[in-house]
Amino acid sequence: MVLSRERSIEMYRTMVTIRRFEERVAELFTAARLRGSVHVYIGEEAVATGACAALRSDDYITSTHRGHGHCIAKGGQLPRMMAEIYGRATGYCKGKGGSMHIADLEAGILGANGIVGAGIPIAVGAALACKIKGLDRVVLCFFGDGASNTGSFHEAVNLASVLKVPAILLCENNQWAVSTPVTYSVPIPNIADRAASYGIPGKVVDGSDVLAVYGTVKEAVDRGRAGEGPTLLEAKTYRWGGHFQGDPQRYRSREEVERARREHDPIALCFAKLEAQGVLTAEQAEAIDSQARSEVQAAVEFAESSPEPEPASLFEDLYA
Amino acid sequence: MAKISYSQALRDALREEMQRDPDVFLIGEDIGVHGGAFGVSRGLLEEFGPQRVITTPISEAAIVGAAAGAAVVGCRPVAEIMYMDFITIAMDQIVNQVAKMRYMFGGKARLPLVIRTPSGAGRGQAAQHMQSLEAWFVHVPGLKVVMPSTPCDAKGLLKSSIRDDNPVIFVENKLLYATQGDVPDGEFLIPLGQAEVKRPGRDATVVATSRMVLLALSAADRLAEEGIEVEVIDPRTLVPLDIEAIVQSVKRTNHVLIVHEACERGGVGAEIVAQIQERAFDWLDAPIKRLANPNVPIPFARNLEALAVPDEGRIASAVRELLGR
Repeated sequence: MVLSRERSIEMYRTMVTIRRFEERVAELFTAARLRGSVHVYIGEEAVATGACAALRSDDYITSTHRGHGHCIAKGGQLPRMMAEIYGRATGYCKGKGGSMHIADLEAGILGANGIVGAGIPIAVGAALACKIKGLDRVVLCFFGDGASNTGSFHEAVNLASVLKVPAILLCENNQWAVSTPVTYSVPIPNIADRAASYGIPGKVVDGSDVLAVYGTVKEAVDRGRAGEGPTLLEAKTYRWGGHFQGDPQRYRSREEVERARREHDPIALCFAKLEAQGVLTAEQAEAIDSQARSEVQAAVEFAESSPEPEPASLFEDLYA
Repeated sequence: MAKISYSQALRDALREEMQRDPDVFLIGEDIGVHGGAFGVSRGLLEEFGPQRVITTPISEAAIVGAAAGAAVVGCRPVAEIMYMDFITIAMDQIVNQVAKMRYMFGGKARLPLVIRTPSGAGRGQAAQHMQSLEAWFVHVPGLKVVMPSTPCDAKGLLKSSIRDDNPVIFVENKLLYATQGDVPDGEFLIPLGQAEVKRPGRDATVVATSRMVLLALSAADRLAEEGIEVEVIDPRTLVPLDIEAIVQSVKRTNHVLIVHEACERGGVGAEIVAQIQERAFDWLDAPIKRLANPNVPIPFARNLEALAVPDEGRIASAVRELLGR
């Protein structure tokens, strides 16, 4: 997959922004500045970035509890995201949703989800609506390896195939569902192989290679837009952190995590490639990094200076 | 005014709303050629085609989830869950997704979707096909719950439910499908949240839902022969609940019996009791009475099933007890 210089750099920038955002969220949580729970996306940046780069701005995504990266990649605004994670009135959901429920319908982000697997039927329904209304749009559904074992997954992928809707079902196999390794919970080599059960194409992609993800998702998007139906994709990636911030991670070795960080860092791999192609220099990368840091800092300042929701808002927004 | 069946009234509502609004579509199991398990959507596939009358695999969670996803991007889906018992498979989608999306997204989403489903016993299909589970949905903020008892209400309320911008659980009743009633000709709507006095009376108020309204009316006829004038009031929608209309009736009669299918424990009756005593305690001349299904699953044998659901005789007895006669 060959991309223009600008688009390659843009993807690199998105990945760096996600990482800096998530590092900051993790720090803030550890420092008890945030409440509830946060599930950060570090290590998986290439998946959301490559996938969303293959979408148009009027296409839709559904996201997961580990959704900050999806939101940033689809065009979510850092200040409103951070304010939501802080539970402030200026957040995407006026402070009522928090980290696990960020949605920006105008940007096509139909919502993160606290229930594993539950976004898949919703994505299929949104894709069905695109078909019924004759909109030339597709829906990309992010879900994890854990979700691929839920009934929702099987019902929804089957329904997507039966109704031939323009959905891209993108499994982010980060190897771990809380403490349960995918090697234990999925008794076949690839989750993408499950596509065969539903008569749709299934494809595995290296989730640490942003360009590979882009190319693979783009094919599925083109297929969906052409009315050829859904595709199941599996991006093999790795969750660098625990399931949640503060997870003691007794279930895996430090060496395993270190190896992934060393060998499969999507940002380092992308930089090496772009540098070798003469697209990006170390100085440019440094500038991108410092810009990301200052955007994240501005988002934190926005959130911290934003008011808490008004008590009366407890009763607002329940019914239309 | 025409006399039509409850099924026909529902079908007319679906047809009229589908003609009126191209964003309305139907989705559910066997709703196409077969016309749905109870025939409500019969003929609509032929009229509107498979793009708008969508038969699905047996996948309740995906049906409701797909309806939610379609609603959030601008359609007005009407999903059918073949038996209310099967709605259990879709509970995550209803309770955690559909009911919550608008609120937890800070008011950004609209979910104009209707989930139609038949409840109620009396057909001998036992514990997994004959339940009445409306109380579960009444308990979940973000949903509306509608339970029509007559063809007229079925039509007017279904049309309003489809036009409502909120998710509506529309609870039909299997034994009501064949019942006949007068339905106004042409376009008419019944707003959600408006109870109706189905029969006026001065001695006691019977608040009844769905098929129990019909039984309460026959019990009232029987009691009238004994000189007891019962007022039968049908809330028609449980969320929103027209508690004002119920309280007004209580203030006239000073005696209340609540009758519903669904188990008594944690049932809608308990909620109505609580709201009445909060607003009209001083008007009550006797403790409020409830008559509902006993707290057991619906059994198969004919005689046992009959004991598991209120009937006309027991409604009449409960009114007599309430009045100390």
